[in-house]
Amino acid sequence: MHQFIGYVIALPLVGFLVNGLLGRRIKSEVIVGAIGSATVGIGFALSCMMFFEMLGALPEDRSHVVTLFRWVGVGALDINIAYQVDQLSILMLLIVTGIGFLIHLYSIGYMHGDPGFWRFFAYLNLFIFAMLNLIMADNFLLMFLGWEGVGLCSYLLIGFWYDRKFEKGTTGDAAKKAFIVNRIGDVGFLIGMFLIFETFGSLKFADVFSHASTLSVGAPIALWITLALFVGATGKSAQIPLFVWLPDAMAGPTPVSALIHAATMVTAGIYMIARCSVLFALAPVTMDIVAGIGALTAIIAASIGLVQNDIKKVLAYSTVSQLGYMFLGLGVGAFSAGLFHVMTHAFFKALLFLGSGSVIHAMHEEQDIRHMGGLRKHMPTTYWTFVAGMIAIAGIFPFSGFFSKDEILWKVFSSGSMLLWVIGLAGAGLTAFYMSRLVALTFEGPPRWDHHSKHPHESPRIMTVPLIILAVLSVVGGFVGIPAALGGSNHIEHWLEPIFDAAQQKLPSAGYHSHTTEYLLMAVSVMIALGGIFLARRWYLEHQNVPESIARRFPRLYSLLMNKYYVDEVYDAAVVRPIVKESDKILWRIVDVGLVDRSVNAVAKLVGWISVRARVIQNGATQSYAAVIVVGVIIIIAMMLGQ
Amino acid sequence: MNADAISINHYLMLSAVLFAIGVAGVLTRRNAIVVFMCIELMLNSVNLTLCAFSSYLGNSAGQVLVFFVMAVAAAEAAVGLAIVISLFRNKQTVNIDEINILKW
Amino acid sequence: MLFQRNPVMSAMCLIANFFCIASLYLLLKAQFLAVIQVVVYTGAIMVLVVFVIMLLNLGEEQKLSEKLGAAKVLGFALGLGFIAEMAYLFSVSGQNDMALSGQAEMIGSVEGIGSALFGKYLLPFEITSLLLLAAMVGAVILAKKKI
Repeated sequence: MHQFIGYVIALPLVGFLVNGLLGRRIKSEVIVGAIGSATVGIGFALSCMMFFEMLGALPEDRSHVVTLFRWVGVGALDINIAYQVDQLSILMLLIVTGIGFLIHLYSIGYMHGDPGFWRFFAYLNLFIFAMLNLIMADNFLLMFLGWEGVGLCSYLLIGFWYDRKFEKGTTGDAAKKAFIVNRIGDVGFLIGMFLIFETFGSLKFADVFSHASTLSVGAPIALWITLALFVGATGKSAQIPLFVWLPDAMAGPTPVSALIHAATMVTAGIYMIARCSVLFALAPVTMDIVAGIGALTAIIAASIGLVQNDIKKVLAYSTVSQLGYMFLGLGVGAFSAGLFHVMTHAFFKALLFLGSGSVIHAMHEEQDIRHMGGLRKHMPTTYWTFVAGMIAIAGIFPFSGFFSKDEILWKVFSSGSMLLWVIGLAGAGLTAFYMSRLVALTFEGPPRWDHHSKHPHESPRIMTVPLIILAVLSVVGGFVGIPAALGGSNHIEHWLEPIFDAAQQKLPSAGYHSHTTEYLLMAVSVMIALGGIFLARRWYLEHQNVPESIARRFPRLYSLLMNKYYVDEVYDAAVVRPIVKESDKILWRIVDVGLVDRSVNAVAKLVGWISVRARVIQNGATQSYAAVIVVGVIIIIAMMLGQ
Repeated sequence: MNADAISINHYLMLSAVLFAIGVAGVLTRRNAIVVFMCIELMLNSVNLTLCAFSSYLGNSAGQVLVFFVMAVAAAEAAVGLAIVISLFRNKQTVNIDEINILKW
Repeated sequence: MLFQRNPVMSAMCLIANFFCIASLYLLLKAQFLAVIQVVVYTGAIMVLVVFVIMLLNLGEEQKLSEKLGAAKVLGFALGLGFIAEMAYLFSVSGQNDMALSGQAEMIGSVEGIGSALFGKYLLPFEITSLLLLAAMVGAVILAKKKI
């Protein structure tokens, strides 16, 4: 079955071309939406078949490389369009195609009536194509193609309503910000690729990783490579310091936020690090940096999310925070735990975003939660699925988020870094708190909106069915990773074991901790989560004056959080404005006009000058032509004589 | 024959000189018809060379070629002079320096 | 011929030149060519040239050495250069003791040329006749007053 990976990847491209070129002419939304969804749906079906084939095979036989054709063959560089179908990539494949399919269905309902309907589906399909290339590639260059492709589609889709006002500019500005910040990270990725090619002589994963196994831990080249790659990951997966684009990316339509900025694109960085686990295992310094930045991002983003009032902004900072958890897991060597959290996060975060989209639609594009409330009666399906997502993200047993987040925290604890564990725990508490706050302010309590202008109603079936499916997944999705301490056999860790085997050999083996410790930690985290949930409910439903008085008592802290630690302003002053000014002064005036324009003009003038001189030959006088001929003859004879 | 018979070199040298004179004439004279006659002179010098080689090497090809060259020269003379006549009709002069419209 | 101012005088000089060349052909035992030279070149071509000169009623050309312009100097210089090259060529090519070939008389005669023309070189012969036809037509058309 794995040979069909080419079809899985090509189908969305076909969908993009059909919808992109003919979409405007196809007047029926159903057809456009059907084409867009079918390409991904068929991809999902094929992926499932590949997965079942893999399940039946022996662990040694599960990895295949399907080569389509040769792409680049220059000197030592030999790159094929080839896809690696193994345990890790099939997991990502199922996530991308499965959740992608559900979001396509949802979008048919959400984007109903939009004049750019066909454009939306064309871009969505292009995105899926690029993402598939990213996760299935068997070499760094093809992965980079997908990496850039998803960045491009992110730009196209964030700026989908390109003229709409958004905060201080338009959605187009937000899209540009996302693309540019991504590009800054991509420089890191490129440098990493260059170093890899220089060191290992090849860009294929198989070659690089088998060669890397022979290196020793702590090799300096591994440090630089992994640092460079990690910079790329921070850009794509919105970690400190390149996370500023994700909240602005909420300018795009909600299905975009769900697909790209929750479930798939932002997990590209994590996938990349997991794929290169061998390289990272060789550089303990980088691993520490990864874990540290992950933890830091987790808690800082969570703290910003506490006070945000836009429903999508809360979810955006929540995404940044959860991505921090994934990096934290990767940083301590728990690669499969990180990926487990990728999977469960994809389920519940997509669910939460789609649910918020349902709310936004019902409230006629209102996104401020201070103007919501009491929607529980009007939108029951959305409410219950949203609650399911909230409980999952808070990490309450037995929902999926519990298993994955707890796995990460447990691995952090057993690797010995107490500080990181405490930060992670605190972040979990904050997560539970702000999510519960979101639910309380949005769905419960007295309605804070005008009954006459707004008539919220439940969304159509095509939007609620994906919500229900995702909610079910959020509830049961964690059961593939039940740890040994609770009696399960942690299927997902065993599934991914062969991939990370090489890396695990390089890492220091964790010390033994008894199951009792594990139970204790689980209990602690669950209690903190429950505490967060109930505290939020109490404050925001019954004693609303408490949060307000706290805000009044710590005004500077409150405004610090409200303004996202002023990171955007700092970047603007320190980086953006100087670059713009220098570009204007130096790059434009001196380099562009002075150097480039002048040299081009000089070439033109030179040609003119030469032709003025050369024109003289053609003066129409026959005898001068004859003279030239004779001169030529004499010269030729002289040459012949000279030999 | 006697030892200092005329060798082929003499003929060749003569025809080279004739050719050079023809070249100088083409480049210096201003009357179109005189230029034309100098061209005929050049053709004749080539004819002489061909004939000399033919006689000294015993190959008839050279003389046959001379025959053809003469025929072609005759044709060219006819057409060339016709051109000169029509030029004269248009510009009232056969001074080459004044026939220079085909320039940049 | 080169230094005559009057074009008719130039034509006369050229005719004399052609007679000399005809005699040279005789020295080479190419009788047919000698006669053809006189008949075609002097008898036809130069006559045509003289006709045209008379027809156009050209005046005398300006004095040659009036202005020793760069063009004239160049022209003579090139001619001299050519002769110099030829002289060099002859000096290095060594003595040449070739004598007239024994067959010269046979190939130079009318029968020799005739058998060559109608034997081996028949095709060029026929094509030349076509060429002459074309030249005739062209000349007539070019010189017409109204086409």
